[in-house]
Amino acid sequence: MVINTNALRDAVVSIVGERGFKAIERSVLVFVFALAVWALIWQLDLTVNGLLVGSVYALGAVGLSLVYGNLHLPNIAHGDYMTLGAFVALFVFGSLVPEVWSQNSVGPFTFSYTLFIALPIGVAFVAVFAVAVDQLVYRTMRRRGALPGVMALASLGVAIALRGFIQYIWGTEVEHFPRVSKKFFIWTVDLFHLQDVQVRVPPDMIFVAAAAIVLTLATYLFLNMTKWGKAMRAAADNEDLARVTGIDVERTNLLTWVIGGGMAAAAGILFATGQGQLLTISGWKLLIPLFAAVVAGGIGNPYGAFAGAIFVGVVGEVSTAWLEPSYKPAVFFAAIIVLLLVRPNGLFGQSRS
Amino acid sequence: MVEFEGIILHIGSFLVIAGIYAIINVGLNVHYGHTGLFNIGIAAFFALGAYTASILVMPPPNPDLYQRYEWGGNLAFTLGSERIGFDLWFPLVLIAAAAVCAAVAYLVGSVTIRLRGDYLAITTLGLGETIRLVFTNEGWLADGTRGLNGIPRVMDGLVDPHWYDFVFLPLVLIVLVIVYFVSQRLAASPWGRVILAIRENEDTVEVVGKNAFQFKLQAFAYGAALMGIGGALYAFAKHSITPAAFEPFFATFIIWAMLILGGSGNHRGAILGSFVLWAVISSSQFLPGFLGDPNLRLAVIGLLIVVVLLVRPAGLIPETRTRT
Repeated sequence: MVINTNALRDAVVSIVGERGFKAIERSVLVFVFALAVWALIWQLDLTVNGLLVGSVYALGAVGLSLVYGNLHLPNIAHGDYMTLGAFVALFVFGSLVPEVWSQNSVGPFTFSYTLFIALPIGVAFVAVFAVAVDQLVYRTMRRRGALPGVMALASLGVAIALRGFIQYIWGTEVEHFPRVSKKFFIWTVDLFHLQDVQVRVPPDMIFVAAAAIVLTLATYLFLNMTKWGKAMRAAADNEDLARVTGIDVERTNLLTWVIGGGMAAAAGILFATGQGQLLTISGWKLLIPLFAAVVAGGIGNPYGAFAGAIFVGVVGEVSTAWLEPSYKPAVFFAAIIVLLLVRPNGLFGQSRS
Repeated sequence: MVEFEGIILHIGSFLVIAGIYAIINVGLNVHYGHTGLFNIGIAAFFALGAYTASILVMPPPNPDLYQRYEWGGNLAFTLGSERIGFDLWFPLVLIAAAAVCAAVAYLVGSVTIRLRGDYLAITTLGLGETIRLVFTNEGWLADGTRGLNGIPRVMDGLVDPHWYDFVFLPLVLIVLVIVYFVSQRLAASPWGRVILAIRENEDTVEVVGKNAFQFKLQAFAYGAALMGIGGALYAFAKHSITPAAFEPFFATFIIWAMLILGGSGNHRGAILGSFVLWAVISSSQFLPGFLGDPNLRLAVIGLLIVVVLLVRPAGLIPETRTRT
């Protein structure tokens, strides 16, 4: 069933009846699917780039969804954790490693091996930061039995404060990591002998997408194969039951923040690498596509968030064929609204009673 | 002497803006404090109200000034603004701004409010950006990034434009008082008691046969309407608006900080918080050295929200909870 539980469905059913509704539902599905495939083929360039951008969104969305599911907190500061990670990396490039090290780039990419120094440092810093904020703010609130809305409000405060401090320290100008300009990969694809389509891909995006997939896979393996991962999932599922069976819920909460914060930092650094620029506001701006991805994937479902992010990335890029690119946030917003109307539990979610 | 005049002028503009923030804050308090709706897209309704009002009062575009919007003048003239005169047109404009915001809130709310509570936060976040993008990109609507300049003023010409804030201030305060009393009355009415009950325990409300969804939707639309009125007054106070004026910092974050500081769940707290925090923020630009840094101000606003939530969750004026 496509439409789960809502007003739209009830209204349509009351007009055309249950069977009529099924027929409409099926034809709409077929139509939308055909339209989508048609659009994706003719906009092959945008589709490929959308897949790559989506994989960066995925890095952010997986962490966001994990925190959302385990701690019932829509972490509004997640975007700013990404920004923090990227600026810590900028600090590493600028002050910790000698400048000469960054002059030679790796293969076809614009970055040098120093990225592999900056990335873990940024990830570790934000992971520790996320845990510290949890200990200072959210733990106190959890103990007090604060409502989820109040916790979300606190995360808004954290987001604002963090961005303020980042801008205070680094200023608001456009920054970028040390980079060496490289040529785009260009493939020419012959579409049904009708039209040649050029697919242009920045080489960094391929690396970024691969890294995103590896990190998401690692999270999957951790959550499913290790004792701590299983404990985390148990605590997310039913906190009281987990506590009764001897799981230290405070510790699984910390672990959630370590993974969520670390992945946010990785996403921020890789996004800044892929985009070739870094702004203090970029993390905040990413919140809308990230939340769209989380909603598309079903809240609290990290693998769903991965697929949701790919979906959101493709929709965002392909929309630029017809709309101004600056309208992308509006497209994500529309995507959220449509998803909530049609599939409130996510693209792959089961309807809950 | 000039110094003294400057201070008086500053106080005038401070009171006008603080009063407008107070009106918006009463709206936010209806959302969050009373109904428990987490709206982080205040900017959406703020901007909608301001733009609706401006479009309804703007004179036709002047090509010499490179103005290229289309709706100004014609729309207001067709609707009869010339016939009744601007000072009478003004209250109708406020009502129109409120109506547009309520309608948008109703549409967005009917999709999201029925679902999990936090979906509203996500959608309003997107709504705030989207509304600003529309006004940025659609030049025909409100001249894009250049914005609308020279918005006519109500009761213009009474005093030197220099002192205009002191003509506008009584109007803002009158609207604030009306908004306060209507909202206070509503909160004490049977409708308001259902709203408060929803915040405390939605299931109980459903069990006694109230349609909680409808009540939440109405509260969302009502709060948004108040934000629209605030936005309209803002446009008149500033005399010109651009999409950049509705960036989240001034149009959403500050308002949240004001509510939390003043005490959510309590309109008097919301109003007090607005005046206190705006006093601090608007005077911080006179602070010497690094203390006047706008980025530090941003950080302090964020920290303020967190610290008040941790140390004094009830705010300056705690809500008086009635037990029955």
